[in-house]
Amino acid sequence: MERVAVIGVGQTKYSAGKRETFHELVFDVATKALKDAGISVKDIDNVVSVSSDFWDGRTISSMAISDASGAFGKDISTVEGDGTFGVLYGMMRILSGSFGTTMVVAHHKGTESNMNGITNTSFDPLVERKLGLDAVSSAALQARRYMTTSGGSEEQFAMVSVKNHGNAMNNPFAMLPMEITVEDVMASRMLATPLKKLDCSPVTDGAAAVVLAAERNAKKFTTNKKRVWLNGVGHCSDAYRLGDRDLADTRALKQAAKMAFDMAGVTRDDIDVAEVYDAFSYMEPLWLEGLGFCEDGMGPEMTERGTFNMDGALPVNPSGGRLSANPVQVAGLAAFIECVLQIRGEAGKRQVKKAEKALAQGINGMCGQSHCVWILGK
Amino acid sequence: MGKRVGIVGVGQTHHASQRLDCSGVELIAEAVTRALDDAEVTLDDIDAIVIGNMDHFENINYVDTWATDGLGSCMKPVFKVTTGGTTGTTVAACAYYHAASGLFDTVMAVGWEKNSESDTQAAIATCANPVLERDPFAGAIGPLATEYSMYMEAYGATEEDSAIVAARDRNNAMNNIYAHNRMHVTVEDVLNSPMLSYPVKFLDMCPRSDGACAVIFASEEKAKKLVPKPAWVHASVVRHDYTHFGDLAWQWMPTLEMATLEAYKIAGITNPLKEFDVAELYLPCSTCGVKWMDSFYFCERGQAPKLIRSGATHMDGIMPINPSGGVIACNPIGATALLRVGEAAWQIMGKSGDRQIPNVKRTLSTGFGGCSWSDVMILGADLP
Repeated sequence: MERVAVIGVGQTKYSAGKRETFHELVFDVATKALKDAGISVKDIDNVVSVSSDFWDGRTISSMAISDASGAFGKDISTVEGDGTFGVLYGMMRILSGSFGTTMVVAHHKGTESNMNGITNTSFDPLVERKLGLDAVSSAALQARRYMTTSGGSEEQFAMVSVKNHGNAMNNPFAMLPMEITVEDVMASRMLATPLKKLDCSPVTDGAAAVVLAAERNAKKFTTNKKRVWLNGVGHCSDAYRLGDRDLADTRALKQAAKMAFDMAGVTRDDIDVAEVYDAFSYMEPLWLEGLGFCEDGMGPEMTERGTFNMDGALPVNPSGGRLSANPVQVAGLAAFIECVLQIRGEAGKRQVKKAEKALAQGINGMCGQSHCVWILGK
Repeated sequence: MGKRVGIVGVGQTHHASQRLDCSGVELIAEAVTRALDDAEVTLDDIDAIVIGNMDHFENINYVDTWATDGLGSCMKPVFKVTTGGTTGTTVAACAYYHAASGLFDTVMAVGWEKNSESDTQAAIATCANPVLERDPFAGAIGPLATEYSMYMEAYGATEEDSAIVAARDRNNAMNNIYAHNRMHVTVEDVLNSPMLSYPVKFLDMCPRSDGACAVIFASEEKAKKLVPKPAWVHASVVRHDYTHFGDLAWQWMPTLEMATLEAYKIAGITNPLKEFDVAELYLPCSTCGVKWMDSFYFCERGQAPKLIRSGATHMDGIMPINPSGGVIACNPIGATALLRVGEAAWQIMGKSGDRQIPNVKRTLSTGFGGCSWSDVMILGADLP
């Protein structure tokens, strides 16, 4: 199988209340990604956009970003969901032999949206939606279940928030760099017990783009240093209804991770840095279990021991994670881009030493129903 | 290089204005079950799934996760793609790339819509830029009426020309047990039906339907093992140019021309009218069945009325268009373009029942979406 590389990345600074339209954000990051790759828009032969009619408040919202992404006269399609799934489709299109260089671009303007209303529409319209479930309240149920099965505490979850907001201090793209304490998290406003405001990711605006290239093009366009290889990928969905799942059972993530690790031919020990989907603090240890970086139920304790700190055995979310910026469709793509920057050695003050293999995770649906796991390497 | 890919199974629901007997998930299950039966496989044989529809019709976010029970996607790889009217061909193309990439062997594409639960025209209206264009370009009928008016003015096409297309497709639907609207109509019936937006009349325009379609794609080795006669994918191309409606060229379809030219190049088609045995085209309105003939290169620009009147595209013509009855007989929007691909595949596989065209070797399927998404998929009985 031919290999595919990331040869260029671009992202906005993530923030609230951006004045630019979403197609202006797309133009900004597509331009940055092309510049980063050192190529022109003419070198791109197809585009995958990642957008959501719900979050954009517009039917067929991807039609508004065609020219901004440089798609005129080219093949283009739209993935609705997390950006990591967009990268997956972009890679498939190259592996099919039909294309050589793919632009993948995602955008999100959370501050123009109604998070509670939009995530409420993810639930079954007849039963669950009427209960008022949304991203936060369903996550609270999952957090509670996880506390029951793992014995993890709210304080241990708060440590994830402290770590990731602290990591964001070194990331100029992050929205919420903060030096906070466990007490600050515990004292922040309760949103849905046991989740407090600082356990939850912020409503965010932003966009991100990556340029993927077939091996033949990657070697033509870029230097060795700029190229990061897509070594492995896997995706998998769990059952839909919350009641049909054990919310602390990460079986879909385990399956996705198995596919990714098998494809990459590496083990957990080979991973030097990971960007895990921490839309809520408790998710980081839970997903780290699913990804196989610790045993089931050990996530909170390993967090407390500092295993996933910048100076720990496996630095997790050096970017500050979703807790420090969560532009929904963009979120996993931002994690993916952070891994690219880490492997290139371009992560500035948050650089993890000798980062040669990295793992990024994205999620679709509520409580991590569907996962996409990427393994990237030098 | 990637793998060659064939279609090994097609399933569709019985479509209707309202399928009150089932939920959206059950509608999807009906199509999925029939596609699995058609390919004589089980869910265990499906390695990955792609689904699509239009969000604002049923107001369900993350349809890929919501549809799990109907799709059979629990503990399987699945994601959603969507591009409006072209969603059906978008999921088809995505499933094709899944299998062609070598990452998955057998991949199911699913499109669906339950329009009876939606305010379809209001939802479509929100596709336009909210500040500049949402007021004048409300819904689907107005822009289609505008483009045919301009074509009539430029080339002398008439309301009767489009009525001939409407009568052709609607009568073809009499042979399709799955179609939503099955009625014998004459050209006069069409011309006498109520005016919606000049020159588009009621019987020229598509309905909006409840329905779903599932098409199973498989890589070459797998496809050969599964069925005796897969419908091989020869080309899959998409073009889109819109940012503002005012930027469009209205007398012809630039994206359709770009997409067909590229697809013909890939599939080695030089004389489409002769080389295709049948076409299943996304013609949302009979007027498009006139005007867009130019953009498929079936005739010289402006010669479409002559082509239509010659009968070349009727069931007994040299290249029948829409034996299924097409979009004006059945329009479950997210599934509509996938039905074009599925119907074409069945023609190649010889499974089209009363609407079967004899000895089909090569087919053309398209998707259309607002505004100016053009998808083209070419299938063949022989390996590409």
